[in-house]
Amino acid sequence: MKYLDEYRDAASVKALADAIARRQTRPWTLMEVCGGQTHSIVKHGLDRLLPPSLSLIHGPGCPVCVTPEAIIDQALELAARPDVIFCSFGDMLRVPGSQHDLLTVRARGGDVRMVYSPLDALNLAREHPERQVVFFAVGFETTAPTTAMAVLQAQRFGIKNFSLLVAHVRVPPAVETLLSAPDNRVNGLLAAGHVCAVMGYTEYEPIAARFRAPIVVTGFEPLDILRGVLSCVEQLEEGRAEVENRYGRAVSREGNRPAQALMEQVFEPVTLSWRGLDAIADSGLGLRPEFADFDAVRRFELSVRKTASAGPCRSGEVLTGRLKPFECPAFGTACTPEHPLGATMVSSEGACAAYYRYRRDAA
Amino acid sequence: MCLAVPGQILSIEQADDPLLRSGRVDFGGVVKVVNLAYVPEAEVGDYVIVHAGFAISRLDEAEAQAVLKEIAALEGITDEIS
Ligand code: SF4
Repeated sequence: MKYLDEYRDAASVKALADAIARRQTRPWTLMEVCGGQTHSIVKHGLDRLLPPSLSLIHGPGCPVCVTPEAIIDQALELAARPDVIFCSFGDMLRVPGSQHDLLTVRARGGDVRMVYSPLDALNLAREHPERQVVFFAVGFETTAPTTAMAVLQAQRFGIKNFSLLVAHVRVPPAVETLLSAPDNRVNGLLAAGHVCAVMGYTEYEPIAARFRAPIVVTGFEPLDILRGVLSCVEQLEEGRAEVENRYGRAVSREGNRPAQALMEQVFEPVTLSWRGLDAIADSGLGLRPEFADFDAVRRFELSVRKTASAGPCRSGEVLTGRLKPFECPAFGTACTPEHPLGATMVSSEGACAAYYRYRRDAA
Repeated sequence: MCLAVPGQILSIEQADDPLLRSGRVDFGGVVKVVNLAYVPEAEVGDYVIVHAGFAISRLDEAEAQAVLKEIAALEGITDEIS
């Protein structure tokens, strides 16, 4: 396929890996922020092509994995209501809340539907005017504009039985939190290509300067990822810490203006607790007061419960790059994709699931 | 949920509506209806990155070619060394 095959070419992958090895003189640790990149790295074994003193650690960039348990519990409460059709992306269905998951609610008679786009949920609301349709709005800045559009369409067409359980997250505040941690080992970052396709990359420029860490906008195919790594290594070796774009075919510095405009119209930054990262100021998106009618938490008067994560799952450490999935004692034994103990084993972009699927039980 | 893939635009409808602009997009033989409101500049024949039913970026062919050339040059260097 065009724009895919040419970025997987084995000879080119080898040439780039060789170029990285030639360029590197000191050990460096890079973090890929996005779970889609983690998946690609593990699937293609890219980390194993790199010199051992160049480590890639996997970041928190999987929206399914970072959605806090308290919000999953709200989703479960909504999905169990007889008047509600609860719509979610497929990845969220098996993420455990404090008690069970959405599939369990469905098995007990809840009307839980898997959708591919928020517009599918909006269509369900049109088709079932007698029911309440709630869309579980999770995702980074890639998904937030699609949710914003669903809200604006609902408003234009006067669809009153549609609302959102919002758990949108923003990448830059999380990146800042990771880099400011006292035990931070990350020297450079591969920024998530599709988040930057929407947002551009000016937000990362002050972060790169403040933490003296190169940040390279990177795509998802093997060649894209290795070009991102090469650019990071070159900068580190030369003592530079800049934002560079190595995904120019999809990303511009200013990003997608129409998408940003609609997102801004509908959402505002709010403080959010990420799984494994605690509360981070401005790291979530909430509906602006003008759109409060679309807020499912308000419409159904949901309580905001504080749930403390118990149990053996160590996904918090996995999400912050402190622990490799196979270092978790439950990995592959008590915890598998069929019986996940944590979200990082559920989502195809979660590091635990990627390691399990590609049979990685060692570095 | 974030594994967005490129597809080629086959047709465009409601081209000037800022919310409803949409079209049929071909993903290597699988055709889907996609919202195109966020890529007002994209035309039939262009490739777009699609995420949750929305095109979020039009792929720049010139940029794509430049990268492939740069990598081809690298392969040249590697051949000379090895
Ligand atoms: S292997 Fe399972 S229990 Fe361990 S961190 Fe990953 S998701 Fe949690």
